[in-house]
Amino acid sequence: MFKRLGDTGATLTLTVDGKPIRARIGDTVAAAMLAAGIDHCRTTPVSGAPRAPYCLMGVCFECLVTVDGVGSRQGCLVPVAEGMKVETQLGKREAGR
Amino acid sequence: MLKDAYDVAVVGGGLVGVATAWGLAREGCRVVVLDEGDRAVRASRGNFALVWVQSKGYGLAPYAGWTVRSSEAWAGFAETLKQETGLDVCFQRPGGFHLALSEAELQARADALKRLHNQPGIVQYKAEILDHAAVKRMLPDIGPEVAGGSYCPLDGHVNSLRLFRTLHTALNARGVTYLPDHRVEAITREGGEFQLVTARGTITAGKVALAAGNANMRLAPMVGLEAPMLPERGQIVVTERLRPFLHHPVVTLRQTDEGTVMIGDSREESTDPRGLTIGVSATEASRAVRMFPLLASANVVRTWSAIRVMTQDGFPIYDQSESHPGAFTVCCHSGVTLAANHALTVAPMIARGALDASLVGPFSARRFHVQAAG
Ligand SMILES: Cc1cc2nc3c(=O)[nH]c(=O)nc-3n(C[C@H](O)[C@H](O)[C@H](O)COP(=O)(O)OP(=O)(O)OC[C@H]3O[C@@H](n4cnc5c(N)ncnc54)[C@H](O)[C@@H]3O)c2cc1C
Ligand code: FES
Repeated sequence: MFKRLGDTGATLTLTVDGKPIRARIGDTVAAAMLAAGIDHCRTTPVSGAPRAPYCLMGVCFECLVTVDGVGSRQGCLVPVAEGMKVETQLGKREAGR
Repeated sequence: MLKDAYDVAVVGGGLVGVATAWGLAREGCRVVVLDEGDRAVRASRGNFALVWVQSKGYGLAPYAGWTVRSSEAWAGFAETLKQETGLDVCFQRPGGFHLALSEAELQARADALKRLHNQPGIVQYKAEILDHAAVKRMLPDIGPEVAGGSYCPLDGHVNSLRLFRTLHTALNARGVTYLPDHRVEAITREGGEFQLVTARGTITAGKVALAAGNANMRLAPMVGLEAPMLPERGQIVVTERLRPFLHHPVVTLRQTDEGTVMIGDSREESTDPRGLTIGVSATEASRAVRMFPLLASANVVRTWSAIRVMTQDGFPIYDQSESHPGAFTVCCHSGVTLAANHALTVAPMIARGALDASLVGPFSARRFHVQAAG
């Protein structure tokens, strides 16, 4: 869906739900997921509708993902890191996980 | 405005006012609700949403019976609202807990319940002290620090903001006139009618029901009534939505129908609704985590404070004025719990023009005058 404008700069690898994806250093988690063609990062807790990052600037909270075990982080505000483990969130989070 | 266009003017559009107004409309009254604007301080927008029985009535035994009556009426109240509006206020009554984090707290809890239920003439209902193992059978996720708790099968909860919206929807459907930005500044009586003065004009009605929360203190003397108030602040901490794990409300902590966990039972003397004392939220949250350790990894998404409508002794006030017959006060803390009573019991009394002393006599503000009580 999204294409990078230029293809320069160093890359790294993170995993999303266990699957490795390549990202550019300086990408946010949300940008890296969109660039990798992942079209939703969670489903909503009440109706289960799929959601994708939207505002990309920290205000809409659509981009929530679990990052290295910490739930409901805003993917658009977290820079990617080598080996980072991102998990999409389905519905309500389970307390204690 | 037509002269005497309204049978009853309800002053205040919080939960108490709208529940009363809905009940009045059901009795066939032509009702107007006069309210402040969107930025008004409203307990009804910031409360904890319990429909709660256990612990109520120490110091005024009839309050226990009054609370049980509302608790028993609540399911039917919610069902009627659903039929009228199509909206579900998510009332549930699975029974609720008060949890103790030490043997000393558990003992204090047992003593308090005994004192409450030993009062002469108090309504009898089940409220039992359970040890850790018995609590754990119903709340499997409690932590090791929970010594036990008290359990009452009458306790429940509701989606309080949805209740507020549903009542407004129901009022609208029944043709009640709701006038926001109509803060009542003065009330006078002429020719058997009440004139309610606002900056946007004067409204005339045959009767007036004062349901303006803490502002009743200022309004009641205008019609020969009194409402001694002592507002206090409470704070609430809210987590992200979590899969259901807590199937009974705890007095300090409950999981809503949509999954968020609300934490809070604080009391402060402050009356600044914009302020928030971080230490208070932190204490609430840390006690919650000791009760349910799995909450340690939940994210907090919101905290707020709200001002409780509180009479000086904590019990409701219902009165009709002797000098200005037709003027009533309807004023209380626990306006969520008592919403069914206000709609189904108090409103019909106001419509008839007489409060039934056998039901609400003990809640007259005359109790504040020690000399007069003899
Ligand atoms: C933190 C907190 C937790 C709570 N938890 C619970 C709970 O778990 N269970 C429970 O049963 N209860 C609970 N309560 C109590 C409950 O919220 C209140 O009892 C209830 O909302 C009171 O409703 P009210 O309509 O009297 O007051 P409010 O909601 O304060 O409304 C008063 C209304 O009067 C209007 N008004 C004021 N002056 C005027 C005027 N001069 N002219 C016209 N209008 C005027 C205001 O604009 C407002 O709309 C809680 C309260 C708080 C603050
Ligand atoms: S995309 Fe809007 S907050 Fe992250």
